Amino acid sequence: MGSHRFLACVLLLGGLFLGTSVLAQSSSTYGVGRTPTAEELRAWDISIGPDGAELPPGRGTAKEGAQIYVQKACATCHGATGLEGRAPNLKSKSGPEVETWERGRILPVRAPYATIVWDYINRAMPLGREGSLTPNEVYSLTAYLLSINQVIPEDLVLDAQSLPKVKMPIGDNYEPLPDWKPKTRRMKGYPY
Amino acid sequence: MGSKRLDRRELLKQGAALAGGLTLGAVAPASAQTPASGGPAAASGPTMIRANKELIAYGDRSRFVTSVRIPHGGRPSPDAFGLTFHVATPLQDSVGVITPSSLHYTATTRGSFLPDIDPREHRLMIHGLVDRPLTFTMEDLKRLPSVTRLHFIECAGNQSTPKAKTVQESHGLTSCAEWTGVLLSTLLKECGVKGSATWFVAEGAEEVKGASSMPVAKAMDDVIVAYGMNGEAVRPQNGFPLRLMVPGFEGIFSTKYVRRIKLVDRYYMNYNDYGHLRNDEKETILGYQVGPKSVITYPSAGQQLPGKGFYEISGLAWSGGGAIRRVEVSTDDGKHWMDAQFKGTPQRMAHTRFGCPWNWDGKETVLLSRCTDELGAVQPTRAQVAKFFNVPVGDVPGLDNTIQPWRIASDGSVLNGLA
Repeated sequence: MGSHRFLACVLLLGGLFLGTSVLAQSSSTYGVGRTPTAEELRAWDISIGPDGAELPPGRGTAKEGAQIYVQKACATCHGATGLEGRAPNLKSKSGPEVETWERGRILPVRAPYATIVWDYINRAMPLGREGSLTPNEVYSLTAYLLSINQVIPEDLVLDAQSLPKVKMPIGDNYEPLPDWKPKTRRMKGYPY
Repeated sequence: MGSKRLDRRELLKQGAALAGGLTLGAVAPASAQTPASGGPAAASGPTMIRANKELIAYGDRSRFVTSVRIPHGGRPSPDAFGLTFHVATPLQDSVGVITPSSLHYTATTRGSFLPDIDPREHRLMIHGLVDRPLTFTMEDLKRLPSVTRLHFIECAGNQSTPKAKTVQESHGLTSCAEWTGVLLSTLLKECGVKGSATWFVAEGAEEVKGASSMPVAKAMDDVIVAYGMNGEAVRPQNGFPLRLMVPGFEGIFSTKYVRRIKLVDRYYMNYNDYGHLRNDEKETILGYQVGPKSVITYPSAGQQLPGKGFYEISGLAWSGGGAIRRVEVSTDDGKHWMDAQFKGTPQRMAHTRFGCPWNWDGKETVLLSRCTDELGAVQPTRAQVAKFFNVPVGDVPGLDNTIQPWRIASDGSVLNGLA
């Protein structure tokens, strides 16, 4: 094989490789999977972010929440006042005069956003009948728990607009998860 | 080996007599399959097991192998309602690096039933800050380029205490399996991630739709959407039919039964994330990616050395920071250290088996192991952690990765050196 022909072959092969790689980049998909319907998206989009964008329509107050707390037998696990059950306490034994971290691991007190409380009740309550509560019931129960912990006034109506605006007692007095990077040690300056 | 087998057989007999068959309940069906024979086994060789359809279809281990998982932390699994909480792997019996799927540790956020998911009905939806939201069937996912990688999963609660009587109690919430699936980055490229996406929320299909938030940088690096585990489908207790495998992060991030991934522009702090909320930076940061960690599994607490002489010390090392580069072993409570040998090539974010020859002189001593990962991070003692953070010895911020001492008593019994 002459060196010119060899060179031509190399150039041709190189060109082919270049061509396929460009092609692979421009058609970035395998064409597998289908577009979800608007209804499928709505039904599964249940993680509520801090700005409440995913919150469904509905409303509720602490007064209504107090009734639902009884109707849905929340007291069976959490106690009549949210204190004396086997499941985690829902009411802090201390009031807003006490520093938030000292008020115990109480979701409606310690959560940095009120949307977290709504999200938790909506996805995980009641035990054994998860996902059965209506949006109105979740708004009402959220209002009830925030109210008995003196986070919101008793008469505040919670809905998709007012819930994300609730000022939680913890403020920004917590540590966010670290900004993770690949192949990086856990903590700067920590040898272990 | 022959005498060891006889010992076990003798042990089983005694156990049956003592426990009234309590621990041997699972063995009864197997013995029912063996031909009735009252004669001494030694004279005629082992009794023979007649095969049945089940044994042909899906093999079973020997009835003389009795290693099992145990409920962790004093909470029963199953409880009175059939809920599972945390269940620990029998590391003291482990060999090699792969945890059999049936012995892989499991943990649930608050106690859980197993979702009985029909894989034909299961879907994975990816949406949010993407150009093309997409839904994948299991069949779709299996068409895409796959990866097969060895990775450990460790629970953040895998903390040794002076009360632990065995390595299963002190370290049993870590396991290692071979995971097969599609890289999440492959799926995200299919969907086209928008530049504004910085976090993603992964959510399961179980009763609470358990959700965790993670940085997109992790998704693009090495997260696997796994359908295979140790050569077969992921087991229901480990997330059938589909789970995330998030290498090196504490176990809760490896979302089981995963059905939805949403790309978002901030930390969502849903459900599982709330548990990570701390007011102490080091608690938060050190609980995220698992630090370099190792433990000797043989000899370990609860085991008994028959006498002085040769033993190969065996153990496991792993790190969320990458591959294990070095393991050192001390047989004199840290006065001298020697390099252990790797059994096979260390894989990134995977259990690595190490061994170290040891001639026990029959005197009381303490065995230690210490590892270094590819980032140069070294496994600390509890005293080193306490000194660094100026806290009492025993307070370990984040996931406990400290050195575990095993005390060898002069009678050959092995005890927890923290006790």
